[in-house]
Amino acid sequence: MKILVCVSKTPDTTAKIAFTDNNTKFDTSGVQWIINPYDEWYSLVRAIELKEADPSTVIHLVTVGGADAEPILRKALALGGDEAIRVNAESHDSFYVAAQLAEVARQGGYDLVLAGKETIDYNSSAIGGMLAAFLDLPYIPLATKVDLKGSTAIVTREIEGGEEVCEADLPLVISCQKGVAEQRIPNIRGIMAARTKPLTVREPAASPSLTQVVNYELPPAKAGVKLVPADQVDELVRLLHEEAKVI
Amino acid sequence: MSVLVYIDTADGHIKKASLEALCYGSKLAGQLQTACEALVLGQAPGDLASLGKYGAAKVYQVAGDALNQYDAQVYSKAIAQAVVQTGASVLVFSNNVNGKGLAPMVSVRLKAGLVTGAVALPDTSQGFVVKKNVFSGKAYLNLALTTDTRIIALNPNAFPVSAGDGAAQVVPLAIPVEAGRVRVTSVNKASGEVPLTEAETVVSGGRGLKGPENWGMLEDLAQVLHAATACSRPVADAHWRPHHEHVGQTGIAISPNLYIAIGISGAIQHLAGVNRSKVIVVINKDPEAPFFKAADYGIVGDAFDVVPKLTESIKKLKGLS
Ligand SMILES: Cc1cc2nc3c(=O)[nH]c(=O)nc-3n(C[C@H](O)[C@H](O)[C@H](O)COP(=O)(O)OP(=O)(O)OC[C@H]3O[C@@H](n4cnc5c(N)ncnc54)[C@H](O)[C@@H]3O)c2cc1C
Ligand SMILES: Nc1ncnc2c1ncn2[C@@H]1O[C@H](COP(=O)(O)O)[C@@H](O)[C@H]1O
Repeated sequence: MKILVCVSKTPDTTAKIAFTDNNTKFDTSGVQWIINPYDEWYSLVRAIELKEADPSTVIHLVTVGGADAEPILRKALALGGDEAIRVNAESHDSFYVAAQLAEVARQGGYDLVLAGKETIDYNSSAIGGMLAAFLDLPYIPLATKVDLKGSTAIVTREIEGGEEVCEADLPLVISCQKGVAEQRIPNIRGIMAARTKPLTVREPAASPSLTQVVNYELPPAKAGVKLVPADQVDELVRLLHEEAKVI
Repeated sequence: MSVLVYIDTADGHIKKASLEALCYGSKLAGQLQTACEALVLGQAPGDLASLGKYGAAKVYQVAGDALNQYDAQVYSKAIAQAVVQTGASVLVFSNNVNGKGLAPMVSVRLKAGLVTGAVALPDTSQGFVVKKNVFSGKAYLNLALTTDTRIIALNPNAFPVSAGDGAAQVVPLAIPVEAGRVRVTSVNKASGEVPLTEAETVVSGGRGLKGPENWGMLEDLAQVLHAATACSRPVADAHWRPHHEHVGQTGIAISPNLYIAIGISGAIQHLAGVNRSKVIVVINKDPEAPFFKAADYGIVGDAFDVVPKLTESIKKLKGLS
């Protein structure tokens, strides 16, 4: 079993969101970078669990990013990946990024390709599906549970107002969200081992980009809260009905 | 040249999110001076001509056994074909669970620029620029789609549904569809509940409620408001509530008209999933709780005292008691 886990680097969830260069660039000064939580907590940990169940499993990690993405690859190796690949390119165009990942996936001949539901910075929720289309593989989006039985994947995915269980023969692409696994903390042995695990850098394949960042905007600030005393609940209901018109 | 809107009928009825996408597509078609058309795959719910009320001039219907069950690979191929056959230049999806599976796949098949999480109509004065949510609702990005064919996945609850008169012409569209490779073995739906992403009102509880046994009062409030219920991450992690109710940066992002947060502190990661709600009401016994800074209305008080009173007061308003 060969699993490819797509990981991306995102600003820490508490990072200050600000922009520079006339609001055309995200201000990275002082930002701490983390592994995108969907990739770390769900896809990667699930891949590690599958490896624990079948030790012949090999887990490769891939990121499309600059040299500053290497610390998150090392952390992912420390959690339990076997090998990491960095495609040396930086882009906010999902098509371009997915094209790079597809190239890595084709070369590696993976049985299972896992992506996160979305990155918490660009919130695109696009890479998994794009990757599946590039590879012409089945795609199960928004999985909440991933199991393997021989060469069949049994996956629970979110549907509107519930869940659906489905099966597909490998290979396939799955995007993972909460439920798939539980967050783990790397241990010292993992951190030591990660130092000597292979991390290779590849140059990007030629690909067009289909989109371009124009600029960013911050939402207008809230006007401030209107507090109602706890013994005047009727007044809150009146405000919601007459002023806010939401009930 | 037309604007084609994908209508999600996964459960045999047309979802509100798809009507939003259709109204958006219709408005956009007006802006581009072209026609708005709709696309339905598989077994279609009854009266498709009524989609005319939301602005569709035509509804293309693609039949095929393989389309009776959602399969992103099969569906995306059929949709890409439909775009080619109908000559559409813009394809609109709802960015709901099914749309999230389809839009990116179609984007690759057509090499069409994609924007997901759109919150406004495109600016077509210079190129084609769409505003979308980024940083989990903490900012917007204006993204230019630089291809001739373009795909927009519209966030749920970002565009109003308005119905007028008119009937659409329903046109069968012949597209060969291959059999899918994903087999659905069971479906588990909470019947009668309002799906969280579609709900106009959401009542949400946090660790301040102390335990799962105290959710009854939240459910009562949700019931009188026809609201969906949600929760903070620790609540789902502790299995007080199901995972699919977890909202926030690492859960579901929602944008209802009204979000009532009860016993939730308002951590930045929680706010990231709910900050696009139109009106936020916070009930928390701690006046220093950060959530009050993000709220429109608030009560500093004990949830166990305030929530039942709130339910009663709303019942009174609605003439239910
Ligand atoms: C990477 C990362 C991602 C995360 N993602 C998410 C996410 O997606 N969603 C999310 O929710 N969290 C997320 N978190 C966790 C987040 O940081 C907070 O820990 C969490 O939101 C707190 O949940 P809470 O408000 O229910 O609990 P608490 O912070 O414990 O707050 C409980 C609140 O209840 C109030 N209270 C207590 N008793 C009463 C009473 N009787 N009446 C009224 N009020 C009362 C208290 O004053 C307090 O404000 C994430 C954290 C990290 C690090
Ligand atoms: N630059 C990247 N390198 C590797 N994987 C990525 C990258 N960007 C996104 N992904 C993967 O695609 C998922 C969805 O991201 P997105 O479609 O950008 O929201 C992420 O959770 C990752 O698994």
